Amino acid sequence: MSTPVRDPEALPRLGWTLLALVLLWPLLRLTDFRPAALFEAGNLQAMGHFLGGFLPPETAPEFLAMLARATVETLAMATAGIALSMLLAVPLGLLMTRSLSISRLGPGRGGWVGQILRGLARGVLAVLRGVPELVWALLFVRVFGLGAAAGVLALGITYGGMLGKVYGEILESTDARPARILLEAGSGRLAALCYGLLPNAAQELVSYTVYRWECAVRASVVMGFVGAGGLGQLMDQSMKMLNGGEAASILATFLVLVLAADGLSGFLRRRLA
Amino acid sequence: MSPLHGAQIRITMGFSLEGVRLTHANGFHALRGVDLHVAAGERVALIGASGAGKTTLLRVLAASLRPTGGRVRLLGGEPWVDSPRVLRRLRSRIGLVHQSPPIPPRQRVVTAVLAGRLGQWPLWKALASLVLPVDPEGAARELARLDMAERLYARCDRLSGGQLQRVALARVLYQQPELLLADEPVSAMDPALSELTVALLNEEAVRRGVTLVASLHAVDLALRHFPRVVGVKEGAIAFDLPAAEVTEALLRDLYAAEGALPLAGEMPGTPAPGLPPLRCA
Repeated sequence: MSTPVRDPEALPRLGWTLLALVLLWPLLRLTDFRPAALFEAGNLQAMGHFLGGFLPPETAPEFLAMLARATVETLAMATAGIALSMLLAVPLGLLMTRSLSISRLGPGRGGWVGQILRGLARGVLAVLRGVPELVWALLFVRVFGLGAAAGVLALGITYGGMLGKVYGEILESTDARPARILLEAGSGRLAALCYGLLPNAAQELVSYTVYRWECAVRASVVMGFVGAGGLGQLMDQSMKMLNGGEAASILATFLVLVLAADGLSGFLRRRLA
Repeated sequence: MSPLHGAQIRITMGFSLEGVRLTHANGFHALRGVDLHVAAGERVALIGASGAGKTTLLRVLAASLRPTGGRVRLLGGEPWVDSPRVLRRLRSRIGLVHQSPPIPPRQRVVTAVLAGRLGQWPLWKALASLVLPVDPEGAARELARLDMAERLYARCDRLSGGQLQRVALARVLYQQPELLLADEPVSAMDPALSELTVALLNEEAVRRGVTLVASLHAVDLALRHFPRVVGVKEGAIAFDLPAAEVTEALLRDLYAAEGALPLAGEMPGTPAPGLPPLRCA
């Protein structure tokens, strides 16, 4: 005798899968996605011509000196921007985290206050990151004038929104029980965070923060538009003057910085493992 | 505050449950009207089949689950009536040893034990202790009582299940709660260690004059070590008697669903049991 082992969720699962596929098709049509175009003879030639203009990379000493100074400026801006964004992200991210809610124990009274605060924090973070950094930068240029201040502030705000959302979600997906038993023994929220959630979440938080720092380095291209100096401005000038060699050197610098960020992230993750 | 300051404090230091009911969100009735009054310094064992409601009862006593009905009074406070601040103070005076202690694997033993006093420490002290443990001697003292002193600076992911259970126990001992609760605190230990650990819990409660409630899967451990034994069955109290008055008939009825009595060793005065103790995951 065989008992039926039919999955009760079979139909909904199949339905969702089909829906995802059906939705994906018009999206590809809409974006005019034709990968074959990449390999058409004329297009290959055009791309080759464009890339060929980048060779050889510029290595004149005075340009390299300029490049070095621009790199330092970029690193300074990215670091300042990330530091600023963490000032926004850490409190808002913590506020968003349900695992650190004391009123949810039991559940006790006043849960609706926490729920409203969590919703507000989520909304604020969405607004911060919903507006692209370029728009924030153009806004702040009107206040601070052309320069690094507008760029750093713009980075700080947009990245604050991203970091805060992801911090909150990393903490949410971390095992909540260690923090909960600490809260149940009368611990405060921050102590429960440090003793209950961070030991499990620190690796992921650090690696995401370093990744965002890496993105901030790249985003310094945006800073070029607002005259903040750094690699972005240099890139802007080289591209305007159609100097492919200089652009190639700048791109190589970006590549080195990305690799360095990767190494830093790996090192920190090993330290925290 | 010393727990032994005369009759007034002795009364307010115990706990009482009146008609406590608890229905989980999925509609399961975990507790169906529990009345339990325990005076300060009493030592009570909770026994009963798996799923009888022992853990739920302990979590109600730890002020971590709010009953759907009835009245809970703990150590002179009413957790679900008092303000959140008072409730937090109350919680720092109650210590619950969890059955499978959720301790972060990357945490060191010393930090996991010192976390017992987070409810009493100001935030700066808690943060400073993450950099440099503020009271390693205190943590070492409690671990030594559980024969774990040499693992003070080990990481928790290097420990066995039984050792982790002892770390959780050391944390609650370090907390020095006025109401000491334990949810199957020896489920991952061998019989000899179980015996020692249950004895230690009782000794601690007697020495500091605090109330002890422990759920135990092994009936013989409960009968040997606790003056008062409460049988829990299907979310209600089946019996509440001095250990000497618990008869085998009562026990057979309590564990009717499981078929055999769960024992750690031999029942005093009964033939050797046929089955090893059942262990809950």
